[in-house]
Amino acid sequence: MSGPILSIHDLKVEFGTRQGVVKAVDGVSLNVYRGEVLGLVGESGSGKSVTGLSILGLIDPPGRIASGSIKLEGQELIGLPEHELRRLRGERMAMIFQDPMTTLNPVLRIDTQMIETIRAHEKVSEKAARSRAEEALKRVGIPSPAERLLTYPHQLSGGMRQRVAIAIALLMSPALLVADEPTTALDVTIQSQIIAEVQQLCAETGTALIWITHDLAVVAGLADRIAVMYAGRIVEEGDVDPVLDHPRHPYTYGLLGSAPSNNRRGEKLAQIPGMTPSLANLPPGCAFAPRCAFAQDDCRVVPPALTHAGSRAWRCFHPVPDRETV
Amino acid sequence: MMPALIEIENVSKRFVKRVDLAGKIANVLGANNREQIVRAVDDVSLTIRQGEVLGLVGESGCGKSTLGRMVAGIMQPSAGRILYGGRAREDGNAPAQVADALAVQMIFQDPMASLNPRMRIEDIIGEAPVVHGIVDTAGKRDYVAGMMRKVGLDPSVMGRFPHQFSGGQRARIGIARALAVQPKVLVCDEAVAALDVSIQAQVLNLFMDLRAEMNLTYLFVSHDLSVIRHIADRVAVMYLGRIVETAATDALFDAPAHPYTRALLDEVPRIDMRKKRFASLKGEVPSPLHPPSGCHFHPRCPRADAICKSTRPPLVGVGPAHEAACLFPQTGGALPEPISQ
Repeated sequence: MSGPILSIHDLKVEFGTRQGVVKAVDGVSLNVYRGEVLGLVGESGSGKSVTGLSILGLIDPPGRIASGSIKLEGQELIGLPEHELRRLRGERMAMIFQDPMTTLNPVLRIDTQMIETIRAHEKVSEKAARSRAEEALKRVGIPSPAERLLTYPHQLSGGMRQRVAIAIALLMSPALLVADEPTTALDVTIQSQIIAEVQQLCAETGTALIWITHDLAVVAGLADRIAVMYAGRIVEEGDVDPVLDHPRHPYTYGLLGSAPSNNRRGEKLAQIPGMTPSLANLPPGCAFAPRCAFAQDDCRVVPPALTHAGSRAWRCFHPVPDRETV
Repeated sequence: MMPALIEIENVSKRFVKRVDLAGKIANVLGANNREQIVRAVDDVSLTIRQGEVLGLVGESGCGKSTLGRMVAGIMQPSAGRILYGGRAREDGNAPAQVADALAVQMIFQDPMASLNPRMRIEDIIGEAPVVHGIVDTAGKRDYVAGMMRKVGLDPSVMGRFPHQFSGGQRARIGIARALAVQPKVLVCDEAVAALDVSIQAQVLNLFMDLRAEMNLTYLFVSHDLSVIRHIADRVAVMYLGRIVETAATDALFDAPAHPYTRALLDEVPRIDMRKKRFASLKGEVPSPLHPPSGCHFHPRCPRADAICKSTRPPLVGVGPAHEAACLFPQTGGALPEPISQ
């Protein structure tokens, strides 16, 4: 296999707040290969979205990338001047967000927005750009694309808007697509259509996909690999099957246990006690220790380092025994 | 079988967008602006039995929240009636109407939007029981403390404001507020949808504990089939304002009779389904302003026949306590071939 499309090493992102410096992302390392789907899973405040935004260089003050390296196809992105980043965004990497209404410009027609994107990156005639835009809409499953090009975003349904956003993101066949909860606001039947289309498009073009979500079930059906984040760190990473069938980190284990579909009907859900800690004052050791059933004294002293085993890794001193199924 | 606590009889809710003045003037000049009518809930009949959890599922715009709000008494039906313990609310005398209104309480999706940001928790929970004479002013603090303990909150924080709590705690405050007037029925409208998975499990467990402890009856409205499957005894599936299927939870999930229910179940992502092929159902939910004729589901239905375009299928029994509104329901085993009429 050739080198990774995206390689993140020891990324740290900080936000200056009145409560002091908050480490939203604290030492994240990730590799994503061509054509691969990585599911980045975590609850709110775990740093999964900030990780995604960092890749695209979209961290605004008071946030800043404190240290680390992000390489796209071998090129270092951190410290790149804004005009270089602009060129890469949309062309080599793209992002889709949860709410397409905030992505699309409400006062411009769809065709204006799509043609603008193409012509910002390539010297083509407007006519050629229009036919490419139409083609792109067709590929994401929008019926009668020529007419849809002439509409404004508010005239489209939520699912259609998200399709347009995806079509724009994939216009230039980027090497990497970062999708931040793109189907969370949609109905199940629409979610499933959109996942199917993204899955197919990425497979066709070899685009690597990072799918950020809180929903383990979506990742189970979509991803090749999964990385679970908690309080700014990746706590477990590996291929989907081993991680979901035999989780080693107690947090992954707890998350899977609290999913209603993994519990017997009517029985009490295996809940994780407590709540996600405030990033402004994390406990000194493992951030999960206060909620963890497996925690011992050493967990509360220093944060555990990553333990590697084959293609998987976890960050825990006392992992869930191997072969333990949820 | 427990007696019926709430009977929903042929209830409809129409929302009408009238022609405004500008539209009327335009009409005089030859335009053709008409009233627009949305049948959010269209002739729905449903029974909620004493002590059960009835799950109401459907996609956005199917009318499930509107139905929940009518059951909770927040909205009045345009047609039909809702009976509480065998009597319609408007038929009782004034004190009975108040008692009926208190007996059904609602829990909303977004606790931040449903808690007054300028009231302290003590007043949010304690105001209604004092007003309704359930507890006197002197006993309010103790009463509120008891309610907070019941939902797993520390009573020492009752002087705080809603913004000082996390999402999960706010959900608990919303539940405590509903419980404070000693209801018999809770209508939960997407009550756990906004919560993280680990917090959602805690709140679902709380709902189940409270049910056992206080003998509550629930109408649990959600789009999330895995939540409904876990918590509900019986499930009703809605599509564009109509109930398309009702059955006991196991029967519905094991052998869905309506093609829409079946499609919904196929589409739900599940942790044990790896690298699945998504999307078996084509198209989107049509606009409720212009619902399709006949069976509302026919344009998306893999089994639709010509007759489905013209006939509204009635809810008919397809198994024990299992009803579906489909002309070609699946009744166990292989898919039956649609019969041409």
